[in-house]
Amino acid sequence: MIIFASIRLALRALRRNLLRTLLTMLGIIIGVAAVISVVSIGNGAKKQVEAQIATLGQNVILVLSGNVTRGGFSMGFGTAGTLTQPDLEAIRKEVEGVVGASPEVRANSQLAYGNQNANVQVSGVSADYLDIRAWPLKSGDNFTEQDVRGATKVAIIGQTTRKTLFGDGDAVGQTIRIKNAPFVIVGELAPKGMNMMGSDQDDIVLVPFSSALKRLAGGTSFRSISVQAADAKLLPGVQHDIDDLLRQRHKIQEGRDPDFLIRTQQEISNLATSTSRVLTVLLGSVAGVSLVVGGIGIMNIMLVSVTERTREIGVRLAIGARTRDIMMQFLFEAIALSVIGGVIGIGLGAWVSGQLSGVMGSPTVVAANSILIAFGSSALIGIVFGYFPALKAARLDPIEALRFE
Amino acid sequence: MTPIIELRDFKKTYKTGEIEVHAVRGVNLTVAAGEFVAVMGASGSGKSTLMNTIGCLDRPTSGAYLLDGVNIGRLERDDLADLRNQKIGFVFQGFNLLSRTSASENVELPMLYRRPAIPARDQRRRALEALTKVGLGQRGDHTPNQLSGGQQQRVAIARALVNHPKLLLADEPTGNLDSRTSIEIMGIFQELNQMGMTIVMVTHELDVARFAKRMVIMRDGRVVTDQAVEGMSIAQVELARLDAEQKAVNLAP
Repeated sequence: MIIFASIRLALRALRRNLLRTLLTMLGIIIGVAAVISVVSIGNGAKKQVEAQIATLGQNVILVLSGNVTRGGFSMGFGTAGTLTQPDLEAIRKEVEGVVGASPEVRANSQLAYGNQNANVQVSGVSADYLDIRAWPLKSGDNFTEQDVRGATKVAIIGQTTRKTLFGDGDAVGQTIRIKNAPFVIVGELAPKGMNMMGSDQDDIVLVPFSSALKRLAGGTSFRSISVQAADAKLLPGVQHDIDDLLRQRHKIQEGRDPDFLIRTQQEISNLATSTSRVLTVLLGSVAGVSLVVGGIGIMNIMLVSVTERTREIGVRLAIGARTRDIMMQFLFEAIALSVIGGVIGIGLGAWVSGQLSGVMGSPTVVAANSILIAFGSSALIGIVFGYFPALKAARLDPIEALRFE
Repeated sequence: MTPIIELRDFKKTYKTGEIEVHAVRGVNLTVAAGEFVAVMGASGSGKSTLMNTIGCLDRPTSGAYLLDGVNIGRLERDDLADLRNQKIGFVFQGFNLLSRTSASENVELPMLYRRPAIPARDQRRRALEALTKVGLGQRGDHTPNQLSGGQQQRVAIARALVNHPKLLLADEPTGNLDSRTSIEIMGIFQELNQMGMTIVMVTHELDVARFAKRMVIMRDGRVVTDQAVEGMSIAQVELARLDAEQKAVNLAP
């Protein structure tokens, strides 16, 4: 018996008891829809985080200074300023493949312009910073290496801060006071939006790190340095070289813990997405369990169906159906149940995730591979849970089956 | 000429726990092409076992069974299925049609398992031919519950004939039918037999058995009578007589 005939036979048998067919499918429909929508929410969250990570810049390595231990408690990386300006210069000059490096000296400071004032995060950075973060200027210019070397009082202003201080007026060329020191605004940043923690990245003022150290933050060391590599392929080498270089400079013996920490963008991204990934896997497996339950439902109904149709099977065997023909007939019925249920479930899941996206205000992404996996796994469920009932049907003794009441 | 059925010292023993049940204790039976045999016997006489073996649903414990010259003793389950498909047409007491399935689709069923496969168009044509042969050419799209018992049995006979078998095997074909319909079904059997079909029929009614040409009676697993039917009933004659009797009591118009 050809496969086409088996499929036709299966569909006809399923149509004969439409209500039961639909109820049996419901398990698979709900299971697949649940998997599809949960995974699409997960995918959406991941995509959002990735987009935010991308705003950090391209091919960036973050070097964090070591941790301070107070009373036996580690305060976390970046709390002690173990990175210095010579470290920065060394990374820039000695590590191959580095195209730019910038520290970030943060100081929340009171800003004033005329009668307007604001408390804003002022970041001391190098001239490479804008390139590293792929952050274009809206107007004006970047400050120069000279400005950094001379600790000039120049500043670049973010969009939000500009609005606070100047309203609709022009900022470039104006002088603002940061902690009472006058800084000339040389440039205005293009808007960047929120970062992954949800804070406004545009509420910022950038100054040369030397000026920040001297006039705002005090001290001589950095908590972090961002390094940009020329190419993604160079990242592992650059990471390794920076590690070697800083160990050497900080005189840290082989095998001892360093007083700094190096993170690539990928690692940061992984860290940020790991929570949502764990949640997705967790919810996805719960949804997967419901798929299995749906499969058991199919098996149950198929077993009932085999018993109900024992005489039919007997007749088919008597008039010449081979074991395999009967096997195929019932297996195809189970597969048709689960695959049709799977297709409906995919449609339902796509619809539900669209609705959820509206309700939660975050994007959901129904990926092609999750559709394929859902389709494949529902077919697999049909085979796995249809096999035993089909085998039971195929192994019936024709004489017994014909006599069955 | 090769006989259609040749049983040589056929024995069948079932094991029920520790007890051995000798269902058939040595039967020699030869049925030539074109015969119409009625097999009779009380329950437990071994006639069902005999029919199951003749129908290739079961194999002899000892002895040999040759169907159309093929020894089935050595055949596997699937080979037996193919043999049933090609050489035997089954007619059952309870009709055994698929419910909610049209008459023509029921008749097409044996062709579904035919190897090599028969093209769909030929299947439909042959199903219609077989239905016409039993007088139901116009009822192909009726489902079993839209047909009377006699009509259902005719569909079953059409299904049995559709693969052009060598042997028509009927197990109590009139068991669920009234006397008029029974005679009609026997009329179809006699017609088919006249056209050359070999028929073996199990029945426990002597009236029905008298429509056959030869009568085989079994008791305790052995054949006790095997003779030609004297004064064989002719379906048309019996039907005419029944009509007359019914008219006499105003049962029929």
